[in-house]
Amino acid sequence: MGIEQEQAKTLGNGFVTTSLDKLVNWSRAKSLWPMTFGLACCAIEMMATGAARFDLDRMGVLFRASPRQADVIIIAGTVTKKMMPVIRTVYEQMPEPRYVIAMGACASSGGIFDTYSVIQGIDEELPVDVYIPGCPPRPEGLLYGLMKLQEKIMKERNSFGNAIGVGEVVNEA
Amino acid sequence: MSKQVVEKLKANFGTLVLGDAEYRGETTVTVERSEIVKICTFLRDDCGYNFLSDLCGVDYLGRTPRFEVVYNMYNLTDKTRLRVKVLVDEQDPCVDTVSGVWSTANWHERECWDLMGISFNNHPDLRRILMPVDWVGFPLRKDYPLQGPDREPYQGRLS
Repeated sequence: MGIEQEQAKTLGNGFVTTSLDKLVNWSRAKSLWPMTFGLACCAIEMMATGAARFDLDRMGVLFRASPRQADVIIIAGTVTKKMMPVIRTVYEQMPEPRYVIAMGACASSGGIFDTYSVIQGIDEELPVDVYIPGCPPRPEGLLYGLMKLQEKIMKERNSFGNAIGVGEVVNEA
Repeated sequence: MSKQVVEKLKANFGTLVLGDAEYRGETTVTVERSEIVKICTFLRDDCGYNFLSDLCGVDYLGRTPRFEVVYNMYNLTDKTRLRVKVLVDEQDPCVDTVSGVWSTANWHERECWDLMGISFNNHPDLRRILMPVDWVGFPLRKDYPLQGPDREPYQGRLS
């Protein structure tokens, strides 16, 4: 990224050269809109992360009340088998590219709820991008997880080309 | 107070009252399963127990009869409580519904059926209330595997 000396002569100021991948990834990573969806006590920490003290908005992370406007779903809490159809519906309504964060022990592995009614980790049902440990994780943990997801998105190659039907997404640089 | 109620019950229903117990000020009466609606109606109308605060099923695995249904009722006027139990057999786990006596029993009985598998005759709407509609089995029974029937039971920590 940057203005080459020669191009600056011909094109003048106000031009930036970059690759489409970087531009697309940058715009996706810096406006990660999560679905507002809390399931248990992790949701309280998620709300705290969104509120004034930790302020997710400064990272371009704005909670949306509709899956159609969301890029990422934060599974914040215990997922019961009865809740799974609801989560699946919400996830399928999100436009691609969509990401999943498993927040806390329950979403990652079932946590302490090793019982008949609880799904033992949301990765049995949805493709998880980032796992955040903790019971519940501190807001710093969720912030770090979101930053890790941003890093992951920045490493994607050809995701835009894939979206318009040209080639496959390459996840490793 | 509750003593009088027990006497009144015995006077009216005789051998249908199988037993009574008093422990720490709480009165429990065990009655015949087939006459539960009649007894509950009597308790509501003539003894003032106008509120059913809870209805639960109990699983005494290994005992015959295996199940019990427990009715905890409350008299809102003079603030007394009474517990009524019926014994339920494993082969024929059903009791007549008392949802016609106290409407709140409707959902309580649905829960009892959902988790314990004790069904209630003449219930207006006996469906699952907590578990998903397509669930198979009754998870609060003592012989139901904790991790569910489709998983290996927990063997303790390996490390």
